[in-house]
Amino acid sequence: MTAIAIPQTVVVPASARRRWLRRYALAVAGGAVIVFWFAVALFAPVISPYNPEFVDIASRLQPPSHAHWLGTDALGRDVLSRVFYGSRISLIAGFSVVVISAVFGTVLGAIAAYARGRVEELLMRVTDLVLCFPPIILAMAIAAALGIGTTNTIIAMLIVWWPKYARLARSLVLVQRAQEYVEAAHVLGFGHGHILFRHVVPNAVGPLIVMVTLDLGNAILVFAGLSFLGLGVVPPTPEWGAMVAEGRELVQQWWVATFPGLAILSVVMGFNFVGDGIRDWLDPHARRR
Amino acid sequence: MTEGSADSVPILSVEDLRTHFFTDQGVVRAVDGVTFHVHAGETLGIVGESGSGKSITAKSVIRLIEEPGRIVSGSIDFRGRNILTLEGGALRKLRGGEVAMVFQDPMTSLNPVLKIAKQLVETMVEHGRFTPKAALARAVDLLGRMGINAPKRAVDSYPHQFSGGMRQRVMLAMGFSNEPVLLIADEPTTALDVTIQAQILDLLRELNADFGTAIILISHDLGVIANICSRIVVMYAGEVVEEGPAEKLLAEPKHPYTWALLNAVPRLDRHTPGEKKLVTIEGTPPDPAQWPDGCRFRPRCPFAVDACGKHPALQEFEPGRAARCWVTQAGGLLPAVGVAADASAAQQPRAAARSNVSYAVADAASATRGEVLLELRDVKKHFPLAKTSYFGAPRVLHAVDGVDLTVFKGETVGLVGESGCGKSTLGRLIVRLHEPTAGSIAYGGVDISHANSATIRPLRRRLQMIFQDPYASLNPRMTVGQILGGPLQFHGMTQDASSTSMRVRELLDVVGLPAQAADRFPHEFSGGQRQRISIARALAVSPEFIVADEPISALDVNIQAQIINLLIDLQQRFALTYLFIAHDLAVVRHVSDRIVVLYLGKVMEVAPASALFAAPLHPYTKSLISAAPIPDAAVERKRERLRLTGEPPSAIDLPSGCRFRTRCPIAASRCAAEIPPLTEYRPGQWAACHFPGKL
Repeated sequence: MTAIAIPQTVVVPASARRRWLRRYALAVAGGAVIVFWFAVALFAPVISPYNPEFVDIASRLQPPSHAHWLGTDALGRDVLSRVFYGSRISLIAGFSVVVISAVFGTVLGAIAAYARGRVEELLMRVTDLVLCFPPIILAMAIAAALGIGTTNTIIAMLIVWWPKYARLARSLVLVQRAQEYVEAAHVLGFGHGHILFRHVVPNAVGPLIVMVTLDLGNAILVFAGLSFLGLGVVPPTPEWGAMVAEGRELVQQWWVATFPGLAILSVVMGFNFVGDGIRDWLDPHARRR
Repeated sequence: MTEGSADSVPILSVEDLRTHFFTDQGVVRAVDGVTFHVHAGETLGIVGESGSGKSITAKSVIRLIEEPGRIVSGSIDFRGRNILTLEGGALRKLRGGEVAMVFQDPMTSLNPVLKIAKQLVETMVEHGRFTPKAALARAVDLLGRMGINAPKRAVDSYPHQFSGGMRQRVMLAMGFSNEPVLLIADEPTTALDVTIQAQILDLLRELNADFGTAIILISHDLGVIANICSRIVVMYAGEVVEEGPAEKLLAEPKHPYTWALLNAVPRLDRHTPGEKKLVTIEGTPPDPAQWPDGCRFRPRCPFAVDACGKHPALQEFEPGRAARCWVTQAGGLLPAVGVAADASAAQQPRAAARSNVSYAVADAASATRGEVLLELRDVKKHFPLAKTSYFGAPRVLHAVDGVDLTVFKGETVGLVGESGCGKSTLGRLIVRLHEPTAGSIAYGGVDISHANSATIRPLRRRLQMIFQDPYASLNPRMTVGQILGGPLQFHGMTQDASSTSMRVRELLDVVGLPAQAADRFPHEFSGGQRQRISIARALAVSPEFIVADEPISALDVNIQAQIINLLIDLQQRFALTYLFIAHDLAVVRHVSDRIVVLYLGKVMEVAPASALFAAPLHPYTKSLISAAPIPDAAVERKRERLRLTGEPPSAIDLPSGCRFRTRCPIAASRCAAEIPPLTEYRPGQWAACHFPGKL
């Protein structure tokens, strides 16, 4: 038997690199915004000019000035510092809700698709049951029942969040389990757990990762929404949704609600752009264009 | 069949056509200087491996090339008009009007949401030749002409109600609806079974004779081409490498690539017992983004000389015959097809190295007297189907319906049958991917019919499987090293990382891949190389029995020959037993000691390979053999044919008695009443027929 040559990888020319940049310009910009907010969250104590919970009634509702770049709120707290600190809660809430529910939903959906039969029936009907309720209303009800607080709100969101991952994971695993490499693994004698989590799931995660990135912005938005309604955080804690709520009636003092609102907007858009970029990158059909 | 005379003006002249694709990775010169002509009423065959540019050539003719592809130069003249300058309306009038095209996959080329009538009428009315009413009448006529039963009912059906063969008939009806001057058929029978393929080929030949429509038939199968075409163009690497009348070109090829194609396929009508190695050429088709310098076939050519460093021209050496080869242009002769092995060995040390291995092939009769390895007794596999209505009776698909089979150690048993006959299900039952509904499967004396995964695990090392689709059978997220090393570690066959990687290298070497392959991912390999990896994975656990489920049907003919040679070689080296599942009779005959013919989940005939082909007992076996095309135009034309009509009945509602009776030419009343038992009529030759050998 003579060895057969394997074609070498093609060198990417400079023009292709330019095209890549043009195609992913938005994703790169979105990535930059997210990196910025991560840095802000990480270094909030260092870069914030004031203590975010320090009340100074004397200088309440100051417009943006040299001392207070983004002005002060009704209690005289510095809006800039509160926006900086608020990024911590938003990012933590967004990530924990999406990552935990993605892992949980994926495992459940994958098991359902792989096992088929009664196990699938049971797991997917439970999923459908949760999906029957309007998610935000259900989350509100659960959060209200558990009591106000960041952790409780995250738990409430988790309960309504996982089913869509279970659905997606199930459909992806259904496609993969019919492939011949899965049959080959059975013939080689591998156990079910090994086949499912070492062979099948790694081939199904691509679309799940896209969904996670697109979903992060969404989760942050919903968490801010719940806080806006007074369910997210206990009052003095700086949180974007709660800050928008505090400023909603202060029409003259526009800076109180506008800046946290812009923060939410930028984070959500950042995650969406990155998610779109990853989707195009993983999808060879979109990539060719 | 009308032979295009050399003096008449051709209806289609393609001159120096170049169709290139401008991709991110560079310019792919898919069609790179193709010239050919088609005369009125002529049947021209275009052959070549995948990637040779044959389909792109056909699509260029009707300007179906999409971005990033572009026809960069050349001319296409169709009855005095330059197709390359036609615009909008004129181009549409040409397509589907004067030039019709039929594609490979009949399952996707009809619109699933429109009725057949609508689709046929639309084509005719669009070209303004018929009123809707006349078109409908003509549609019914055409469907009847294409051999569709009850055409009045058929026009009111949706495509999904038809089988693949029927849909291809509808496609042909659509193609012929506007009385085209030229029909381009791109692999029209590749997706069909042999008996259906034979029906469609007959139909094409009749249509050519009756309507005088010229046909360009594109195929990778020389047998199909030989069956229909009067002239053949052979393409390689975007160029025409040889051209000539079918009889002469197939009998006496003048280009080494044509020679290699002819040698790579085993032939039903020519079989040398004992000679199991096929003559193959090395390597894989070249990369269209970077054709080799000089003669493009040189890197794989066993006859290459110094002159081949320069690019040869397509030169006519006798009227109507041309070849692009320095060797034959200089008067060099290629060894006769069929006796090629020795002659090429003398010419090329490289070729010699592969063919001087002599094989003592076990006599078919003696192989059947060995130790019993696998024994199937009345094995059944029924798949429950969804009910059509809530109160409907439960329906069952009888995939495998009572199969008895004994496999002896060291032999190769071929399993043939049309798609849907249950051959893949049977293979999967044997490796226990499926659990049988009834009956028993004993492997090495142990009953494994209902063994659970823990009890069967030790047996997994002895019993392996090779799959059909080299693109789906390897986990795309694992490196080749992980794919091969995983089973080794899992079964405790290697103790540490270094011994695993050593064994992986050994396995790669056994299947003819370089050691560096271990670090690469499956997508970096070609189809043939992937199939080698798949074989290496099966060999990793040192099995004694391998079920090969259509291991070569997704590959090009030359790669097929390489894989067949590899499998035969491995059988000798490791004393393997094979169950070889395939639909290609010539291949099955070539590799098998005994052959099992399956029809609708039941065994029709079992016989030693030579006996089965010399004197088939069952009418189904006989018709299968008759339907398989032979790549020799002279032989094809003289063959006596036995054509099966219709299609296999559904495996849900089986016919009573003998299940072949609905298509059997000699069926009698007894066949409907009694199920014929599988009986030994000659030593070693069993058949399930009331009238064995009568046909």
